[in-house]
Amino acid sequence: MDLKLEHHTTDGIEVVDVEGEIDVYTAPRLRELLIDLVNGGHYQLVVNMEKVEFLDSTGLGVLVGGLKRVRAHDGSLDLVCTQERILKIFRITGLTKVFGIHDGVDEAIAARKSEK
Amino acid sequence: MPTVEMTFTPLPAHVRTARLVATAVARRSGVPEALLDEVRLAVGEACSRAVEVHQEHCPAEPVKVALTGAGDRFEVVVTNTDVGDGGVEWPPQPAADGQDPAALPAELGLAVIAGLADDVQVSRNSDGLSIRMSWPSGAPAA
Repeated sequence: MDLKLEHHTTDGIEVVDVEGEIDVYTAPRLRELLIDLVNGGHYQLVVNMEKVEFLDSTGLGVLVGGLKRVRAHDGSLDLVCTQERILKIFRITGLTKVFGIHDGVDEAIAARKSEK
Repeated sequence: MPTVEMTFTPLPAHVRTARLVATAVARRSGVPEALLDEVRLAVGEACSRAVEVHQEHCPAEPVKVALTGAGDRFEVVVTNTDVGDGGVEWPPQPAADGQDPAALPAELGLAVIAGLADDVQVSRNSDGLSIRMSWPSGAPAA
């Protein structure tokens, strides 16, 4: 399974839907998309990982890189993930403290809106 | 003798193949289903790291992976050519208190491996630098 990326705007927040495997081979494509979005002025991002089948440390690095880019513009990058096998790698690396991780896109958007 | 041995050109695209083969041999060796995701992720991390080292220092040299399913442990050894880089710090050191948790360690992949495999050894021998990982396995599948 390759990586499939789509994005759309909901309530002023850019939602990135990721499907497939994020690894050392595919992660550069996600990195490019996040950079393009930030360069395009999108600083409020939600990455929906509900259809991600595999995530490794390269993918984590890309997500952290994206987070740093949006924070440089006082933005945010939240994640949507309920899969235990994906959540586990965030726990192992301590990144659950770094990202807001939500159960659904609507919840992520609502949480972001309530913080504004 | 390993159950399956493979070598692959150090390209990121081949890491997925190595993961798939390792997971298939682990399943065949009787590793419980609940542990297969850990095997897949840990092998991917070790291979990604080896590919990165080879791409920087010796892109013509293949990465070696040995999978052994005999006995009560399933063992994976990923070996990269010794590039004389001083080796790796094992076990990886946790982030110091007060450090920005978003500041990822240089060897994040090793930190992931340490969190996944219950038995990991990093050693240097004539073949190069090896990461040896193992998981419990039951009776091999018929």
